Amino acid sequence: MAQDDRPLSPHLQVYRPQFTSVLSILHRITGVGLGLGALLLVWWLAAAAAGPEAFAVVRGIAGSWLGCLVLLGFSWALFYHLCNGIRHLFWDVGMGFELTTARTSGYGVVAASLALTALAWLAGLLGSGGAA
Amino acid sequence: MSGRSELRTRLGRVRGLGSAKEGVAHWWAQRLTAVALVPLTFWLTASLAGLWGAGHAEVVAWLRGPVAPVAMIALLIAGFHHLQLGMQVVIEDYVHSEAAKWTLIVAVKLGAALAALIAVVAVLRIAFGA
Repeated sequence: MAQDDRPLSPHLQVYRPQFTSVLSILHRITGVGLGLGALLLVWWLAAAAAGPEAFAVVRGIAGSWLGCLVLLGFSWALFYHLCNGIRHLFWDVGMGFELTTARTSGYGVVAASLALTALAWLAGLLGSGGAA
Repeated sequence: MSGRSELRTRLGRVRGLGSAKEGVAHWWAQRLTAVALVPLTFWLTASLAGLWGAGHAEVVAWLRGPVAPVAMIALLIAGFHHLQLGMQVVIEDYVHSEAAKWTLIVAVKLGAALAALIAVVAVLRIAFGA
């Protein structure tokens, strides 16, 4: 079938990676990752509804070093997808398409996602210092 | 495109295919849920940071507050709708076999609906629970 031979978007392999194109594919990768991460939120809520025993299991896993590592990655992916999503919304209304603007906003998104991740973890770990 | 004669016009053959379908509604729903998710994501991350290390009683009390159940259900509905719209585009772009593509799209859409329902029911059970 001719249909199977068509060149298909986005055809990543033929392009030399650039800063903006790496940020673009990162938006997709973090989006797919967040799709899986959303199931963790469902698990947490379902465990809270099921009762203290089920919740203690989830709390124990979330508090382990592996759980913290997954949550750290998940929180950065969430902030990256959020910040870059806002960048996309500006593009959707026709703003920020100039190459220099797109590059600057890209650096802004990377910096903001890292800063928000650090802020959330500092707030969480310092805030729970007494309770935990 | 071959030399043989065609009774149908070219316009007749492409009508209803490609971009003439539901692309705008899909695009619009993705953007609308994205706008809703901006404040909701800030709310979720701030709340979860505040709840780090919290026990069952503390989380239940939080989900019985005035804001948390509404914001959480709004986040779940907007989030899972946004998620399945986005996953559909990714699958359409990278999965080229028709059978695998549609199996995955149906699985993602039904799975997202099921996961959202499980979470919404959990929130309601906590919010209205004894």
